[in-house]
Amino acid sequence: MAGSRMQLELSRVVQCTSRLGVLKGLGRTGQRSLEVPGCLLYTHFGTVPHLTQDTLHTMSNLPSVTQVTLSNIAEHQEVLEEFKDGFRKFAGLHDTVLYCSLHDPAMLCPTGYTTNKTVSVWGSGGRMELTVAKFMALQKSVQPDWYQSMADGETWQNSTSRKRVRKSVDRTLAHLDECLLVHQKSQELDGVEVFGVVEGGDILEERVRSARETAKRPVAGFCLDGLQTGSMDQSLRTQLIAAVNKELPEDKPRLLQGVGRPDEVLACIEAGVDLFESFFPFQVTERGCALCFSFDISPDPERAVLELGEEKDTAGDTKQNGDLNHDDQTQMTSFEINLKDRRYQDDFRPLVEGCGCYCCQNHQRAYLHHLLVTNELLAGVLLMIHNTSHYHGFFAALREALAEDKLDLLKRRVLRDGARQTERKEQDG
Amino acid sequence: MAATIECGADTNTSENNMSFKKALSVASSLTLQIVAECPVTKARVCDLILPHCAVNTPVFMPVGTQGTLKGITVDQLEALGCQICLGNTYHLGMRPGPDLIEKASGLHGFMNWKRNLLTDSGGFQMVSLVELSEVTEEGVKFKSPYDGKEILLSPEKSISIQNSLGSDIMMQLDDVVSSTVTGPRVEEAMHRSIRWLDRCIAANKNPHKQNLFAIIQGGLNSELRKACLAEMTKREVPGFAIGGLSGGEEKDDFWRMVTLSTDHLPREKPRYLMGVGYAVDLVVCVALGCDMFDCVFPTRTARFGSALVPWGSLQVKQKQYAKDFQPIDPDCQCPTCKRHSRAYLHALFKSDTAAMHHITIHNIAYQLNLMRSVRQSIVEGRFPEFIQTFMKRMFPSRDQYPSWAVDALASVNVTLE
Repeated sequence: MAGSRMQLELSRVVQCTSRLGVLKGLGRTGQRSLEVPGCLLYTHFGTVPHLTQDTLHTMSNLPSVTQVTLSNIAEHQEVLEEFKDGFRKFAGLHDTVLYCSLHDPAMLCPTGYTTNKTVSVWGSGGRMELTVAKFMALQKSVQPDWYQSMADGETWQNSTSRKRVRKSVDRTLAHLDECLLVHQKSQELDGVEVFGVVEGGDILEERVRSARETAKRPVAGFCLDGLQTGSMDQSLRTQLIAAVNKELPEDKPRLLQGVGRPDEVLACIEAGVDLFESFFPFQVTERGCALCFSFDISPDPERAVLELGEEKDTAGDTKQNGDLNHDDQTQMTSFEINLKDRRYQDDFRPLVEGCGCYCCQNHQRAYLHHLLVTNELLAGVLLMIHNTSHYHGFFAALREALAEDKLDLLKRRVLRDGARQTERKEQDG
Repeated sequence: MAATIECGADTNTSENNMSFKKALSVASSLTLQIVAECPVTKARVCDLILPHCAVNTPVFMPVGTQGTLKGITVDQLEALGCQICLGNTYHLGMRPGPDLIEKASGLHGFMNWKRNLLTDSGGFQMVSLVELSEVTEEGVKFKSPYDGKEILLSPEKSISIQNSLGSDIMMQLDDVVSSTVTGPRVEEAMHRSIRWLDRCIAANKNPHKQNLFAIIQGGLNSELRKACLAEMTKREVPGFAIGGLSGGEEKDDFWRMVTLSTDHLPREKPRYLMGVGYAVDLVVCVALGCDMFDCVFPTRTARFGSALVPWGSLQVKQKQYAKDFQPIDPDCQCPTCKRHSRAYLHALFKSDTAAMHHITIHNIAYQLNLMRSVRQSIVEGRFPEFIQTFMKRMFPSRDQYPSWAVDALASVNVTLE
């Protein structure tokens, strides 16, 4: 196996934890890169949900790394093996770096099917059991640029016992070692990078153990699993991530799985996470909502005066109103508007004033409302475009804020908007 | 008259440019220029100048029922070369309603479509979709599926909604009777449709911007059809539709009524055959003298994974395509065929709704391309040859040619080989 080409070049580390930089050496030729903190492009089987090439390419500045999942791909293994030339070509994905994860972050899997030697994924035809052998055979047919090793992350439920958590750490390490063995012997995977997966549930010692052990293996980076939205309080998540990151080499990227809400992203970046999955815009789209939170911190004298006044009122109030940390993943957040609401019936403004996306440049809230009420397919297309665009804009703002040491300002902007939104809802309710 | 924009129309000769300019100066919101006529069949090629842009005929008009073409953006539709599409008065009249659409600057403004729109009257939906309460001279009374209230769709009401929608072509409210019905009801409906046409003409608030088409009725009865044609052609309308067909009637009766209608419709006005969209039907009915067509079939069948191709259709979701690495049609230039294989689309149907959009785009491209090829062949004086090639490609052998198509084409001097 060739030496790892993937390299994380950090340009800043803010307050000892938040990192800013570029992940370089990506792709077969090693020419591609991805700015961090950043997110991957979430897809279903290589397609950004609802979008064809034309609609996808109304957006510029999309991430250079596309995420596909084995839960979508596993059932098509035979086809890919016959095709021979890898998933990227099969899907008509030109010019992108391909990352393959195990599970779809937008879908919570049923628990109770993992064994010592297998994990399960759910495709359109039902459950498929994967051994390391099958897992690696899949990677060989997919031919990604990088993938996460097979892992047991079934620890997100509150009722998970200590024993079970320990097992998930042990199994995941065993799977990693087996995967690496097969990887090293496989010519088809020459130049392909592997990420180790850190488990440990909500138990600090197990998290540290998993991180330490995984860091000993020759992996290009680390996935942080079992911390997804809904599995625990953000404060615990922050604590665990910080502890994990202390054990991981500074110059290797950390990818947090299953976390996408803006407030959680902010907190996790502060804890030292580099990469996220961008499934959140998809979830917002599916509930007929549009992201609208502001991430604009450009200097505006008039606003500065207003904010000064408001700061006094909200000083010390950092908790999100009405946003329970144990919410179901499909619940609406305070970062979005529900376009099915009757108030948008004759609202002829764009989804977000000043947004440059195709949807906001061409259509109005009233039209989106109509499409949703009449169950029209175009609603999903337009909302996905806007939500994807908005979300990636947020990440760009994050990086800029880090570069200019204004993360606190950005946090206040994003979270305050969220709080105000909740207030408005409560008033109307 | 609003300034017209050439949108992807064929380049006209200087002679046509002259008459184009002349047409602009006449107060009318529709001008038909006959570009070529087939010396063998009754087919013609025209440029239909409408308020938003020119439309090249023969034309297939995709149907965007609720102010959207399912899953396709207006940009994508424009990129495919579509110059006119349909909106549905019944559906849009219900949701979001004419008042809101008027506030949004008409249906064009609401859906942000810059080219032409045709709206039907809501009449067909009354029959096809809902519990019909009663047809009277006043209008059609029916129960709303959304709140159970009784609604009266009169000629005046239909035109009022269509005026609010602001479509470039509006359809009269006609008394719609299923093509399988016989007896006195057919005659009653035919006569009533004439009276309703007059009421529609009187009710049209925007004759200078919106073109009201009459709809010829009369079922499958030649005498009734001829009577309807004689009466309706006396009215000053910018165009005529042939209605009451494309239901469950026998194709043998269908084509006879189509050709009878075009025989008695004025040459210099467009002929719109409603509800026809299968490839064979389109080619035959162009030969019989029709200019405009609409049908939900191509877009609806796409969502079930059925891709239209020159040799019929291809059911992408079938197992046989799981490992088929060719595009749907290797000769097709649409975005779907240029990038994706049958195998990928087959698999994608299991993962994401975008699979439907890919097929929808392909099917619209297929229909528009078919019409473009038909048009080109007529202009170049080889439409009969085109028909021969088309049929050979579509059917495995001569004895599989539908007999109605053979007869219909023979009636316009094309003997299929």
